Amino acid sequence: MISGWGNYSPQPARLLIPPSCVSVGAVVKREGSLIARGMARSYGDSANAPSVLQTLYCDRFIEFNGEAGEVTAEAGVTLQEILRVITPRGWFLPVTPGTSFVTLGGAIASDVHGKNHHIAGTFGQYVTSMRIVLGTGAVVVASRTKNADLFHATCGGMGLTGVVISATIKLLPIGSSFIDQKTIRTSSIDELCESFELFKDASYSVAWLDCLSRRKNSCRGILSLGEHAEFGGLEIDKKRSFPVPFNAPRFLLNNASMKFFNYVYWHKEKHNKRQVKPLISYFYPLDVIGDWNRLYGKAGFLQYQCVIPRENGAGNIRRLLTLINESGDSVFLAVLKKLGVANNNLLSFPIEGYTLALDFKFNVSTIETLHKLDDFVANIGGRVYLAKDAVMREEIFKATYGQWEAFESVREKYGAIGKFSSTQSKRLGLS
Amino acid sequence: MKNILIIGATSAIAERCARIWAVRGDALYLVGRDEKRMRVIASDLAIRGALRVSAYCTDLNDLERHNELIESAERFMGGIDIVLIAHGTLADQQACQKSVEQTLFEIQTNALSVVSLLTLIADKFEIKKDGVICVLSSVAGDRGRASNYVYGAAKAMVTAFASGLRQRLHKFNVAVVTIKPGFVDTPMTGNFKKGFMWAKPHSVASQIVTSIDLKKTEVYVPFFWGVLMQCICVIPHMIFKKLNL
Repeated sequence: MISGWGNYSPQPARLLIPPSCVSVGAVVKREGSLIARGMARSYGDSANAPSVLQTLYCDRFIEFNGEAGEVTAEAGVTLQEILRVITPRGWFLPVTPGTSFVTLGGAIASDVHGKNHHIAGTFGQYVTSMRIVLGTGAVVVASRTKNADLFHATCGGMGLTGVVISATIKLLPIGSSFIDQKTIRTSSIDELCESFELFKDASYSVAWLDCLSRRKNSCRGILSLGEHAEFGGLEIDKKRSFPVPFNAPRFLLNNASMKFFNYVYWHKEKHNKRQVKPLISYFYPLDVIGDWNRLYGKAGFLQYQCVIPRENGAGNIRRLLTLINESGDSVFLAVLKKLGVANNNLLSFPIEGYTLALDFKFNVSTIETLHKLDDFVANIGGRVYLAKDAVMREEIFKATYGQWEAFESVREKYGAIGKFSSTQSKRLGLS
Repeated sequence: MKNILIIGATSAIAERCARIWAVRGDALYLVGRDEKRMRVIASDLAIRGALRVSAYCTDLNDLERHNELIESAERFMGGIDIVLIAHGTLADQQACQKSVEQTLFEIQTNALSVVSLLTLIADKFEIKKDGVICVLSSVAGDRGRASNYVYGAAKAMVTAFASGLRQRLHKFNVAVVTIKPGFVDTPMTGNFKKGFMWAKPHSVASQIVTSIDLKKTEVYVPFFWGVLMQCICVIPHMIFKKLNL
């Protein structure tokens, strides 16, 4: 049985595990329809299918250029492994998601973004070239100049164009493995959005929201801003993660316990507090707990991440939160982030505005609530992040991802149709 | 910094041990059969931080070349501190039962070639009065079972040979570490149905590296296999022969 990171709706699957990158082509050629699967950190069903190709043993570094700041690695290498190689040598990932336990291939397929999207864009924008196994089993190189259509369909393409087996990425030079962090407390969504605009030049910014506090509709938040520090050396923490050995009982995370957590978290952070934090704990706070998804219990959870266009953003975020309050479902964790302009990858998620990520513990009513949210988000011109999605309906996807037809024609051109599909792609009506 | 000779370097477990050593900045000399794969692994290890990496390509059943491979490792690294012997094949029990040739071939690969390497390395370390030899045996060697006794018999020989060698070399400050992994989820066991008893190669590798650091003797990986195999070994033959294990 396999499932996404949300542990929601597991399904039986046959695992295909090529012993090295070289044999990926042969496996693709031999097998029927499949989807590539790396660390399985996408929350929903985008790496689930009756047959999945695990890139477990496609995890070698191919080249590291310490002068130019470029690394080439196989697709199954995790960002954590990349950081261990590059950070001590003065380089960092120009874009990184909130966990380092994702593979290079996964980061490309979801065209992930980080706390610096408003300035730096997405992960795919730093990929200079990649090698992709097509539906025929043939290997092609794709870059902005070679097979460019395939390149822009593959960045953000959820693995539906082929299997990325290796990629070269450009790195960011750093002088220290520390981050100067500043935290700002806000007491309403409007204040928070204003702060995002005010601090739009900060390299990194992200806000935590407390949606459970007693003062409904006021939603207090903590905005954290970060800059790369200049001192402190280039050592990185290699602390081992603290494991969660089994699924927590269902009652562990409830309204009361999460209210308590939020209360403590809010009071811990002082307004205008400055601190110097190691990169790892700044960017990947949850990586210290291995398998934290088990805290949500066996039924799992659904993460809902959408983007709300910039125009009238604060008002629409408030309306969306009101919708949730009315539904009776409770959000345990909410994160808000300002997004910069969209790129030209066909299915890339970010568009200019604010992105809101919400964790819902799975209840029978949750899916219905998410459908309501989908309708609202589609209406205001936003969209839902495919790497988090588990329940979006086909019509919403096709209405909000305007380039899906162009995406399908690239897939057809490169022989991906019928060869690469996931439970998600079937749900979204991609052939 | 240590100089480490890794024999059977393309095996999933050995490669993950090599990565841990690479991050520590050790010098590595890889021995294996598949030249292309070894080249890929060698450049990966160099990027991860290995001080020096080189590879030697040979079929380990070619016993004549064992001396040469050890000497070329010594030349490349300027001496050897640790040897990891990790090569092997998982014998197809059914095929072996029908073929003497196949059976002897599996014994040759999994036992005799290891014995040959151990003998040569033991002599070098005895003179040097220093070093750690780590050999991968298996829980399958603790008691022969119908489902894989050819592989088990070969591993039993490795375990017994290493045990004797450990006694012999103890007074020369040379440690012999025998690792007995249980089920490990690697490409070698790709066709098996996996359950909760299966360990991941990277966790097995980190336990191997720790066992070498601490100069342990015989180590079951994960530890619970020690208890389990003791239970299996005390079952009287009268009963054991009727079991389907």
